[in-house]
Amino acid sequence: MTAGIDLGHPQAQSVRSDEDVVRVRQLVRTVAVAVKLSLVDQTKVVTAASELARNTLVYGGGGSVEVATVENGRRKGVRIVFADSGPGIADLDLALTDGYTTGGGLGLGLSGSRRLVDEFEIETSPETGTRITVTKWSR
Amino acid sequence: MERVPILKIGDILLVSIQVDMSDQTAVQLQEDLAERIVDTGCHGVIIDITALDIVDSFVGRMLSTIASISKVLDAETVVVGMRPAVAITLVELGLSLNGIRTALNVERGMELIAAAHADELDYQLDDDPDAETATP
Repeated sequence: MTAGIDLGHPQAQSVRSDEDVVRVRQLVRTVAVAVKLSLVDQTKVVTAASELARNTLVYGGGGSVEVATVENGRRKGVRIVFADSGPGIADLDLALTDGYTTGGGLGLGLSGSRRLVDEFEIETSPETGTRITVTKWSR
Repeated sequence: MERVPILKIGDILLVSIQVDMSDQTAVQLQEDLAERIVDTGCHGVIIDITALDIVDSFVGRMLSTIASISKVLDAETVVVGMRPAVAITLVELGLSLNGIRTALNVERGMELIAAAHADELDYQLDDDPDAETATP
């Protein structure tokens, strides 16, 4: 299924259904294993990816996810970009607060996944949608 | 869509989640379990998550909901087999799994359910004045 994956290039996965969220998890795990993240760090980044891919689907109306390996001297890492062309996030500070939700969930997706990764960036606007970039480095 | 099988072992329903569940599969499991609890009259549900690589907020919420539903239907839910990395991640994510009983493995989960059910029977007996002659 993910055999023969070429880690030299970013891997793209469209997010149109909840089956695609499962595929994003599997893709991120494959890359996290390849860059030799520890088991706990693999678990954290896959969990964060699951939350953010679900947000792309539910709030962004679908979009795409790109998974790439990154290098910084001795350390390797996995970088994931979640992009949608949805309505954007109106109040980013509020959206990053634990427990805040507009979708009937637990309100932990955005705030919780930020805690699970090393780098977390959001660009959002009503015109261009939302683009979230996260990175997890090996220790 | 894949479906998670529910096994009946004595007075207990055992659910061993072996697939990476889509959200829809998780919701389906919730409904299937509620139906099986009522159909079988079982007093305990064990959810084995040994095979799960991750538990995200959606699956976490599903586990809480199943525990609440089964409580209302007179059954105790115990989640067993959580991996250490999953536990660490859950806590950092901010998910507390309120109201969920956990045990390290299926065997301990069964003991927990048996003990909870025995307590409940004792309580009912104590409550019943006619039962006093029956219990020395």
